[in-house]
Amino acid sequence: MKRFIPLALGAIILFAILAAIHSLRAPARRDENHAPASITLAGSTSVQPFAEILADEYMNEVENIIINIQGGGSSAGARSALSGVAEVGMLSRELQGDEKTLVPTYIAYDAIALVVHTSNPSRNLDIAEVQGIFAGKTTDWSEVGGETRKIHVVTREEGSGTRGAFDQIIMGTVEVTPGAIVQDSNGAVREIVAGDPSAIGYLSLGLVDKRVKAIAVSGVLPSIATVANNTYKLVRPMILATREGPRKEVRDFISYCLSEKAQAMLAKEGLVPVTSVTPGG
Amino acid sequence: MHRSETLVQWSLAVVALSAIAVLALIIIFIFKEGSPIIARLGIAQFITGTKWSPTRGMFGILPMILGSVWVTLGALIIGVPIGLATAIFLAEMAPSRTSQILKSAIQLLAGIPSVVFGFIGLIILVPLIRKWLGGPGFSVLAAGIVLGIMILPTIVSVCYDVFKAVPQAYREGMLALGATRWQTIRMVVLPAARPGIIAAVILGMGRAVGETMAVIMVAGNATKIPISPLAPVRTLTSNIALEMGYAVGEHREALFATGIVLFVIIALLNTLARLVARVEKV
Repeated sequence: MKRFIPLALGAIILFAILAAIHSLRAPARRDENHAPASITLAGSTSVQPFAEILADEYMNEVENIIINIQGGGSSAGARSALSGVAEVGMLSRELQGDEKTLVPTYIAYDAIALVVHTSNPSRNLDIAEVQGIFAGKTTDWSEVGGETRKIHVVTREEGSGTRGAFDQIIMGTVEVTPGAIVQDSNGAVREIVAGDPSAIGYLSLGLVDKRVKAIAVSGVLPSIATVANNTYKLVRPMILATREGPRKEVRDFISYCLSEKAQAMLAKEGLVPVTSVTPGG
Repeated sequence: MHRSETLVQWSLAVVALSAIAVLALIIIFIFKEGSPIIARLGIAQFITGTKWSPTRGMFGILPMILGSVWVTLGALIIGVPIGLATAIFLAEMAPSRTSQILKSAIQLLAGIPSVVFGFIGLIILVPLIRKWLGGPGFSVLAAGIVLGIMILPTIVSVCYDVFKAVPQAYREGMLALGATRWQTIRMVVLPAARPGIIAAVILGMGRAVGETMAVIMVAGNATKIPISPLAPVRTLTSNIALEMGYAVGEHREALFATGIVLFVIIALLNTLARLVARVEKV
């Protein structure tokens, strides 16, 4: 009996090690046997859910292809495309700096809507007013034509693509006030604005619902039509970026993303299809 | 016979050491990733800087350090009196049946995931504060209340054990002199248990400093030094958890550096708790 204990212990440890090795090797072996081609996309968590929808549909239609999609943010996406860690970088902002050596494919546009509580009488703010509010200079709704009530600014965390696009388009070199409430998802921003009559926040147009009110920026309400005709200004692109001369499988997937069917799917998810937007502006 | 004995000893030693090795690896990793930016900015600038704007290259974590301090103080102000009172009742006054049931109920509180506390805080507490006290609701106060409840199990169970460890003869002596039950507790049990109570408070403090999820949900996470209990606040742990998803380069290093500061604070608290506990034994 006493000899049995160390034996059993040894056996358990051995099995654990074998299982660990097996689980590490298993996926690699499966790839060798069936040899499906695989593509890796990485980057913006704003693009990610839409890329996943397109990839699921694509994998249903095309045999023998596996599309891996990872988050990490726009900057990380561009970095991994540059370094070759991923073949396709997903970005929810324009390429900047040395990222411009990548080839961007615009697959859709997303409007960022400014949202307030449904009871808030404000309907319109111009860009300077929005900047003043988020910079913490304008602190009361009465200063921008609303009722007398302190403004509670809700923003996204630094590094987020939505925050990056908002900073680029609205804030420029001005900083968002450090007194702003910071939340780490579109849903959380919506939740706060839905409950607080003094709050103002921003989120993807596709995620605006009845619980919050989107307001016009410089007289233009966010919608697919106003994005398409270039009148709504708070718009960011959704980009798939690759290095020069990608593999055929990658080219095929990107052109699938631009196909009529894929674009219709994106439109259904609340994005503005790239085909409907007038170039320029 | 002898050989099997050494084998068991050996394998147990390997398992035990691996736990310590993991701790060592974590420490090495945090310091390796976080120390370059501290070296570059200077430790003073990093921990006394009041501006946190990583995408603009400004890394000052004073608002988060103070945030952690205020929120933890709030948690102690709420959690310690309630926890102490509960422990006194359970250990000294309640019939043993009641005591058993209540004690396991409080231990159940420790098993509730922090995200649930955060969610309840977000749905109930934050709107209440916004409605009755003003401000955005997301505040030092909300985080303090939620954390105060979360540290109750720690404080109650440690204090309970400490009270139970006070020799029965002390109480009997006091009662024999004609003291009431409350006088006995106030004049004998509490003073005898003092070092243990302090250790319980420090352990609760450690828990409050380290809690992340629930705080992110109710604190508002603003990077400004809070000037009122109703102002939103960001703690050190929230700072890491909020921004790690996207952080690259210097920003990522700065988050690891935040981790170093947090690690040092928690290590200090634990050492303090140990020292106090040792004083008790002397």
